[in-house]
Amino acid sequence: MSAPTRETGSATTGRGARVEVRGVDQRFPAASGEVHALADVSLDIAPGELVSLIGPSGCGKSTLLRCVADLVQPTSGEVLVDGQSARAARLAHRYGIAFQAAGLLEWRTVRRNVELPLQLHGVGKAERRARAEHLLELVGLADVADARPSQLSGGMQQRVAIARSLAEDPPLLLMDEPFGALDEMTRERMQAELLSLRAASGTTVVFVTHSIPEAVFLSDRVVVMSPRPGRVVDVVPVTGEGGLERTGDVREAPAFFDRITAVREALRGGSDDTGGGRGGVEDR
Amino acid sequence: MSSDAALATAATTSGGAAAGRARLGRMARSGRDTGRRVVAVGAAVVLLLAAWETYKAVGPADGLELLGTRVLPRASDAAMPHTWTVLAVLGEPEVAVAASRTVGEAVLAAAATTLLLSLGGLALGAGVGLLLAVAMARLRVVEHGLLPWVLLSQTVPLIAVAPLVAGWGGGIAIMGRPWTSEMSVVVVAAYLAFAPVAVGALRGLQSPAPAALELFTASAASWTQTLVRLRLPASVPYLVPALRLSAAAAVVGVVVAEISTGTRGGIGRLVIEYAQQATTSPARVYAAVLGAATIGLVVAGLVALLDVALRRAREGAS
Repeated sequence: MSAPTRETGSATTGRGARVEVRGVDQRFPAASGEVHALADVSLDIAPGELVSLIGPSGCGKSTLLRCVADLVQPTSGEVLVDGQSARAARLAHRYGIAFQAAGLLEWRTVRRNVELPLQLHGVGKAERRARAEHLLELVGLADVADARPSQLSGGMQQRVAIARSLAEDPPLLLMDEPFGALDEMTRERMQAELLSLRAASGTTVVFVTHSIPEAVFLSDRVVVMSPRPGRVVDVVPVTGEGGLERTGDVREAPAFFDRITAVREALRGGSDDTGGGRGGVEDR
Repeated sequence: MSSDAALATAATTSGGAAAGRARLGRMARSGRDTGRRVVAVGAAVVLLLAAWETYKAVGPADGLELLGTRVLPRASDAAMPHTWTVLAVLGEPEVAVAASRTVGEAVLAAAATTLLLSLGGLALGAGVGLLLAVAMARLRVVEHGLLPWVLLSQTVPLIAVAPLVAGWGGGIAIMGRPWTSEMSVVVVAAYLAFAPVAVGALRGLQSPAPAALELFTASAASWTQTLVRLRLPASVPYLVPALRLSAAAAVVGVVVAEISTGTRGGIGRLVIEYAQQATTSPARVYAAVLGAATIGLVVAGLVALLDVALRRAREGAS
C-alpha cells in the first residue's frame, strides 16, 4: 500500500480558514528558567474539518489548544478564528470547549450544567431549558436531566460536558483529551457519538489526544507535534481522496492501520528518542 | 437500532434508576442522621449532669491542694450546687418582693437581649468577613496585605478592645442617634466574628477547580458572573463551618463586652449580679450560665437553618 500523501505543517493560505495559527511561540517562566512550550507553530483548519493534535506528553498540544481558546496568550505570533483575534472570538462565544475533567458544577443538576453557558450569556429561561433538553437527548442523557453530576458515571459526566460545550451551537469545538479518563468501551462509543454529532452539526473540531488510534479514527487530518519545544513535524491526512472511508467497521479497515502507521512514523521522526519509544503516546 | 445506540440507552436507563435510588437513599440517611444526632445530644447532656453529680458525691468538699495550688475544685454546695438546685432556683423570685419576677424569667429576658446583640454582631461580622474575603479573592495583593492582619486581630485581648470601642464610639452619632453601649457590644462581637468568616470564605472562594474557572473564562463570563455563579456557590461548604465558629465567638464577645462596658440587660451583667449573691444563692450563677449556654444552642440552631437555606439557594438560584 502506498504511503499517504503528506503536506507540510506550515501555513499555505488562510483564506476562509476557521482557525489560523500564525508563527505561534509560547514561553512560560518556570522555576528552572523558562519553558519553551511552542516554537513557531503555524496551522490552518478549514470550516467543518476535524483536526487532531497529537504528540508526546509536554509537547504543547494542550497549550496550542489553549492559545486558540484565548485561555493563554502566545508570546509571539497570532491566532485567528474566522478572521478575528482569538480574544474577540472568545468574547463573541465562537467556540465551545470540553476538557479531560468534565468540570461540572456539583450543586447544579445535569440540565442546569448544560444551561450554564446560555445562562451566562443572558439567554431566557424557557429557551435555555428547551436547548438543554434537546442536547441531553442528543447525548442520550434526557432521563437523568434532574440528577446531580455526582450520581453519574465518568462517561455520563463527560457526555454532559460535551452537551454543555455544544450549548450555543458553536462553529468551533475545542476538545482537550475529553475521553482520556474513560475506559476503552465507553471511549469507543463516545468517539462514535462525537462523529455523529459533528456530522449532524457541521462543527469544526480541534481535538487534542495522545492516542494514535483515536486521532486516526476521528480526524480528517492528524497534526503530529514534536517534544518540547512543540512544533508541527507532520500533518497526516486521514480522509479525502484514497483515504479512510467512514463506512462499515472503520477500526478493521486496512486504510485505518495504514494511517496509524503513518502517524506513528511521523511521531518517531519528530522525537529525539529513536529507540522506538514514543514518549507517552499511546498505541492502543 | 444499532448496538451503539442500544448500549447508550441501556446505560442511561440504569443511570436514571441509579440516580433515583441514590436520592431515596440520601433521604433515608438524612432522616436516620437526624434521629441519631438527637440521641447523641441527649446522651451528652445526661453524661455531663451525671459527671457533675458524681464529682459532687465523691469529690472533697474543700477541694484538694497540692503545694499550695488547688488541683481539684471544691465540691461543697456553695461551689457546686446540685443540678436540681440550679433548676429549682429558676422558679424562685429574684428579689423578696411580692411582684418580683422569677430568676428563670430574669435569665430568659437577659438571654433574649444577649441573643439579639449576638445575632447583630454575627450579621455585622459575617458581612464584613465576606466582603474582606471577596476583596482578597479579587486581588492577590489585598490577600497578602490583609490576611496576616485578620489573624493577628484575633490575638488582641477582647477585654482590652471592649472599653476602647466604647471610648471611640462615645463621640460618634449615626444619623442623629447617639452611640449606645449596645452598639459597642455589637461591634466587639463583630470583631470576634468576622475573622473565621473571612478566612473560611476566602478558602471557599478559591476552591473552584482550574477547569471550572477556565470554563467561565472560555464562556467570556465577567468577574461578577464568576463570583455569583461559581465562587460563591462553591464557598458554601466552607462558609457554614466558619459561621458556626463565628456564631460561638459572637456570643462570647457579647457576654464579655457586656461585662467590660457595663451594659445592662444582658446575660453578662446578670452573671456579675448573681455572682455577688453567690454566698446566699450559689445556684443563681449557674442559672445565668445556663442562660448563656441556651443562647449558644439557639445560635447554633439558627446557623443550621442558614446552612439549609444556603444550600437550597445555591441549588436553585445560582
